[in-house]
Amino acid sequence: MTELYRGLWVVAYRDILGFLSDRFRIVASLTFPLLFLAIFGAGFSNVIGQMAGGIDIVQFMYPGIIAQVVLTTSLFAGVSIVTDREVGFLREILVAPLSRTGIVLGKAAGAASIALLQVLILLVIAPIVNVPLDVETVLLLVPTVVVLSLVLSGLGIVIGSFARSQQGFQLLMQMLVFPMIFLAGVFFPVDSVPLWMEVASKINPVTYGVDAIRQIFLGSGPAGAGLGVTVLGHTMSLVEELALVGALGAGLVAAAIWAFTRQE
Amino acid sequence: MIDHERSTAMDQADTSAMIDVQQLARRFGELEAVKDVSFAVGEGEVFGFLGPNGAGKTTTISMLTTLLQPSSGRARVNHYDVVRQRSEVRRSIGLVFQQTTLDETLTAEQNLRFHAYAYGVPSDVRERRLRELLSMVELWDRRASKVRTYSGGMKRRLEIARGLLHHPRVLFLDEPTLGLDPQTRRRIWEYLAELRAREGLTIFLTTHYMDEAEQADRIAIIDHGRIVALDSPTGLKSGVGGDMITIATGDGDAAGEEIRSRYGLSPSVADGTVSFHVPAGEAFLPEFVRRFSQPLEAIGLRRPTLDDVFMHLTGREIRDPEGELQAQAPADRMEWRR
Repeated sequence: MTELYRGLWVVAYRDILGFLSDRFRIVASLTFPLLFLAIFGAGFSNVIGQMAGGIDIVQFMYPGIIAQVVLTTSLFAGVSIVTDREVGFLREILVAPLSRTGIVLGKAAGAASIALLQVLILLVIAPIVNVPLDVETVLLLVPTVVVLSLVLSGLGIVIGSFARSQQGFQLLMQMLVFPMIFLAGVFFPVDSVPLWMEVASKINPVTYGVDAIRQIFLGSGPAGAGLGVTVLGHTMSLVEELALVGALGAGLVAAAIWAFTRQE
Repeated sequence: MIDHERSTAMDQADTSAMIDVQQLARRFGELEAVKDVSFAVGEGEVFGFLGPNGAGKTTTISMLTTLLQPSSGRARVNHYDVVRQRSEVRRSIGLVFQQTTLDETLTAEQNLRFHAYAYGVPSDVRERRLRELLSMVELWDRRASKVRTYSGGMKRRLEIARGLLHHPRVLFLDEPTLGLDPQTRRRIWEYLAELRAREGLTIFLTTHYMDEAEQADRIAIIDHGRIVALDSPTGLKSGVGGDMITIATGDGDAAGEEIRSRYGLSPSVADGTVSFHVPAGEAFLPEFVRRFSQPLEAIGLRRPTLDDVFMHLTGREIRDPEGELQAQAPADRMEWRR
């Protein structure tokens, strides 16, 4: 038990420390979402203007950008396993008296913490884009970010455990994970796209995590506002979405533990 | 660490040995990387493990350090079984690998702290030990620099310091000075000698450098997965057949005949150069020079080196480029498998 707990915190600690001591990564991780927001916002706002429910495109995109930061940051848990293996540091972790399960949980916890940290920083611009912000929003956001993060870090670790090289990992990412992110409704309401894309988006579990974050910021909103994903006539509530994403996150982390323990 | 755990592991064999290996074997599919290897290393001993690449060195070290499960046989390190008491073994050993295993994006100090946290070193011990070891390897002044900025020699020194941070009983060094300049290699050996004297550390070493292997109390030579010799460096060298004397004269054949008839030796002749083995060269030479009938142009005495021992036992140079290419691939792959 102590080896599980120690594995969890030392691995998380090291990943957070690595993030904090890499200024380029901090700047890049915040610049990209802001650039997206500025460019897409400026580009689309004149074309689309107001969406239903009095929400403008920038307000719609802001929670999506927050979600995207969570998704891409969490993938880093898997990336870091591959990088650590390549530079040899993984061996330092593996020969230490730490449990494999603890190491995986540490990777997931580290990714969730880094994601949370970036989200909290991005909250600063909420007033600038006219997105209401209160204590309740922040309190709801924390667990949502964590469960959504677990989905992607779990998936990343599963792939990272099997990938023997950075190239192999990147390939799997591009085939499997990037479509998941693009089809998750970060940039568009999933109800107002061609049917094939709508179906793909609604099968994609990440969609519900993105929508959960959007509902936290903008409320459930009136019909047609692009809030609350409707599946087979049923509009998902925040609680339902959280339960779904949470269950999936737990399952994928369990799969990650299995994959990592088996491989290493 | 805990007494009752120890006692279960000490049911047989050499109980005083820090490393005790019995009939250890490991297969990778068809390939038998290690076959029936047995040896014991005493406390405070420096034990050299020599062999060409692909001979089974890395596979053996991986099993002893719990990174790889043996196919059969058993091994104990610090009296703990490497399969059943993996955590206790891990806590008992320090490791310095061929390739660096540092996080280069962190500083030297951060790397050492991570290690201390991972091994559960108490905080008061940690800071004292950290300073002591960083001073010993002369990196205290550079402790706040990122490892990325270090030279190869500095990285290796840092790894040695890190491997010792949690007070291991056995230090495993896998080619610890590979690719380092002679000066750095000498410094590293000075640290190791110091630690051995002060902490009674047992050192298990694999190396390609024969002069480095000479530092060992005993050497095991492994070839094709089997131990082909195990003795002190002196003992191994005397097994080769003594010193080699080489003389140059005008008439090689005549000189060869004279040596053959007078001493009953079988010299090898190449043009005017004759060479032969005698047990003790220094005592032999004065008498030989006095009695030799032909004019001597040159005379040479060479003591056997471990290279000769190696050549004698395996029929190969220790750095066999062919063997390296053949064996490297499976060895690399298996390090990550369990």
